Amino acid sequence: MCLGIPGQIIAITDAGRLMAMAEVSGVRREVNVACVAGNDLSALVGQWTLIHVGFAMSLIDADEAAATLAVLRDLGEAQEALDQMRAADAALAGAP
Amino acid sequence: MKYVSEFRDPVAARALLSAIAARADQIGATRAQPVHIMEICGGHTHSIFRYGLDKLIHPGVAFIHGPGCPVCVLPMARVDECVQIAEQPGVIFTTFGDAMRVPGHRCSLMQAKAAGADIRMVYSPLDALELARRNPDRQVVFFGLGFETTTPSTALCIQQAAREGLTNFSIFCNHITVPEPIRALLGDPDMVLDGFIGPGHVSMVIGIHPYDFIAQEFRKPIVVAGFEPTDLLQSVLMVLTQIAEGRAAVENQYARVVPEHGNPVSLAAMADVYEKRPSFEWRGLGEIDASGLRIRAKYAAFDAEEKFGIGYAAGPRNVPEPEGCACGAVMTGRIKPTACPQFGRGCTPEMPLGALMVSSEGACAAYWQYGGQRAAAEEGALPPSPVPGDSPGIFDPR
Ligand code: SF4
Repeated sequence: MCLGIPGQIIAITDAGRLMAMAEVSGVRREVNVACVAGNDLSALVGQWTLIHVGFAMSLIDADEAAATLAVLRDLGEAQEALDQMRAADAALAGAP
Repeated sequence: MKYVSEFRDPVAARALLSAIAARADQIGATRAQPVHIMEICGGHTHSIFRYGLDKLIHPGVAFIHGPGCPVCVLPMARVDECVQIAEQPGVIFTTFGDAMRVPGHRCSLMQAKAAGADIRMVYSPLDALELARRNPDRQVVFFGLGFETTTPSTALCIQQAAREGLTNFSIFCNHITVPEPIRALLGDPDMVLDGFIGPGHVSMVIGIHPYDFIAQEFRKPIVVAGFEPTDLLQSVLMVLTQIAEGRAAVENQYARVVPEHGNPVSLAAMADVYEKRPSFEWRGLGEIDASGLRIRAKYAAFDAEEKFGIGYAAGPRNVPEPEGCACGAVMTGRIKPTACPQFGRGCTPEMPLGALMVSSEGACAAYWQYGGQRAAAEEGALPPSPVPGDSPGIFDPR
């Protein structure tokens, strides 16, 4: 929860709500980009960000993203984040 | 230095370890008289154990594991209140998975779910918001938990819910802040702390200046650090260098992610939605002044405490922690987890008694996971047992 996970923004999905699709370790997940959005939302596409609980909190470069992901994998936190994204999909689908 | 080879940059790690050793010798730090450096963040604690930094580093450097794991400092009474909300008819209670197994007085959220409450694990408060949109006939409550890294997320969700006019979404706010408990620890005459490693992702939001008081009032060095092993080593070196030079300053080792003044959008959302509570209860540390946040009156419709009339909204409260648990002493660095009489006996990751055993960022869970069970057996605290982690090399990273 406390450590952000790197993800790459691949598309803007809802400009009004500042939502974008990010790819995190091969998993797609809609994230909020309010904290990193400049004037031109489309400029975010292709950028790497640190994502905390569904919010892109900081722009990082590709090297930093790779290094951070390596640490998170070592710590088991990358898997945990991906599991939580899957659990969230189940929760939204209505499975209590 | 057997395990340095697995670092991404073993050459840099070796160089940093020798530079640390030189500094430690220079200031006369020894195993008997070590420099005490507190890593505030549970993520750092986890990283230190995972990479065996506490074993690789000069024996004159002692890591004290700080209170920076939001799950670990969650008081039992707050877990009870979560269960109380979750059991209300028509409620969908949503939470990060980390909080599911934290014990309450009666039960954990996991147990409440098994008993029939509609409790769902989500990845983000955005998921809770979406559940509220899809279930207009249900009350969706999100368990807002965490330090300044997660606080902006719930603030932005409340703003969004207000814009959409949702009436069935609320947050049970348990957000806490990092600087105040540090002030409390520094004010405690029993604590011997010579310097701090600051949490990088918290500073990504709040910047580095909220820590100015540590250097200015208390004359202690603090270095805001990243999470790679070499980040941590470099930060330790920066702390030792300040000590050697007789300085106390706030320094930023993680400038590639941490802007000096933080993230303006996050800060604005937090200031709009939240205000400081007069005080907030921390597990093991008690009530700490101004250490927690509550939802401002203008967003009261999104405040689960107000909506359900529980928690601090129900008046003053103080519920004692269970007997025989040493969480407070561990959290303030007074004792190592293995010195807790419950460690490995009444308290294991499978059956946690204290929250420090629940989260992978808790000091007790880290000790257990990375060989503390073996160390405990060797110290005679526990009978040796064929546990899964009982492989050669106590701190063999897995
Ligand atoms: S072993 Fe369990 S009871 Fe003892 S301090 Fe750690 S979490 Fe608390």
